[in-house]
Amino acid sequence: MPITTEDTVRWIRQVARVLNEQRNFLTQLDSPIGDADHGINLDRGFQAVMEKLPSVAEMDIGSILKTVGTTLVSTVGGASGPLYGTAFLRAGMASSGKYELYEADVVHLLEAALEGVKARGKARPGEKTMVDALAPALLAAKEAVAQNLDIAHILLYTSEAAEEGMKATIPLLATKGRASYLGERSIGHQDPGATSSWLILKALADTYGHGV
Amino acid sequence: MTVGLVIVSHSVRLAEGVVELAEQMAQGKVAIAAAGGTSEGDLGTSVDKIVVALQHVRESDGILVLLDLGSAVMATEMAVEAFAQESCCPVVMSSAPLVEGAVIAAVEASIGNSLQEVAEAAAEAHTLPKVQAHQPL
Repeated sequence: MPITTEDTVRWIRQVARVLNEQRNFLTQLDSPIGDADHGINLDRGFQAVMEKLPSVAEMDIGSILKTVGTTLVSTVGGASGPLYGTAFLRAGMASSGKYELYEADVVHLLEAALEGVKARGKARPGEKTMVDALAPALLAAKEAVAQNLDIAHILLYTSEAAEEGMKATIPLLATKGRASYLGERSIGHQDPGATSSWLILKALADTYGHGV
Repeated sequence: MTVGLVIVSHSVRLAEGVVELAEQMAQGKVAIAAAGGTSEGDLGTSVDKIVVALQHVRESDGILVLLDLGSAVMATEMAVEAFAQESCCPVVMSSAPLVEGAVIAAVEASIGNSLQEVAEAAAEAHTLPKVQAHQPL
């Protein structure tokens, strides 16, 4: 069964709900190694997305994702605005005109989003950023597609890989973003951006798998 | 024609303060615009505000953007990409320290130097000693 526009809308609604619930947790993660605004910024951005979502809910998946991207760019205010904004814009371009996404499309979308984040943030894996959740997620998606798994399992393994990647940021030294000003003191903290990236991918796996 | 300046900061007041300092040096000869804070005026950066600031100084002979921290760079890149679709006015982002860079750029722009010259002068701002090395207190 492909991912439909209804799935996409349900996913984005779930992201908004989860980021609202996890707002304080994300901000706490951002407090020792950042500017303590990650949860607040993303919550503000996705609440703005929720206001725009009804106007595009009937459109193709590309238009929905591009609207998410442009809304995040104009409303988030922190580094996550340009980064997630670019990720959703690129994913939107990769799904332009599509009303259904199949196994290979999932890989294309993730790949486009990751490339967008890497280009915008000039980040590579191992620098304690969103990339450390998204890069393993893409790898897991590719492996799952290669094994001919169905979409529910592709999304599940993608989300699990993002979670592993997120946990693996704890011992890393930050060299990007506000955390890089802290140098060695950034070691021992889980990266907030990798955490929100996992939450976003987990929301997709949760809503697609269970029809919440 | 002179080069215009855009000052991007996470803080509304910091951006406006830097514009104030730079304008004192430019003596009205340089278009300088501030893009500080989020759209609500909180700490952060706003792509939309930066685009508006670029549009504000678009009649200049090129624009140099000076910025404060981290995400200001990404927000400015996105704003410059959007601005490039509506204007062919060249834009350069500077790595210069914000205050010194803005003051030097204002002086260089006010004497009619080119965008490249203004950008190069601002980029050297970090080499200017504020305090003599090993100066006893």
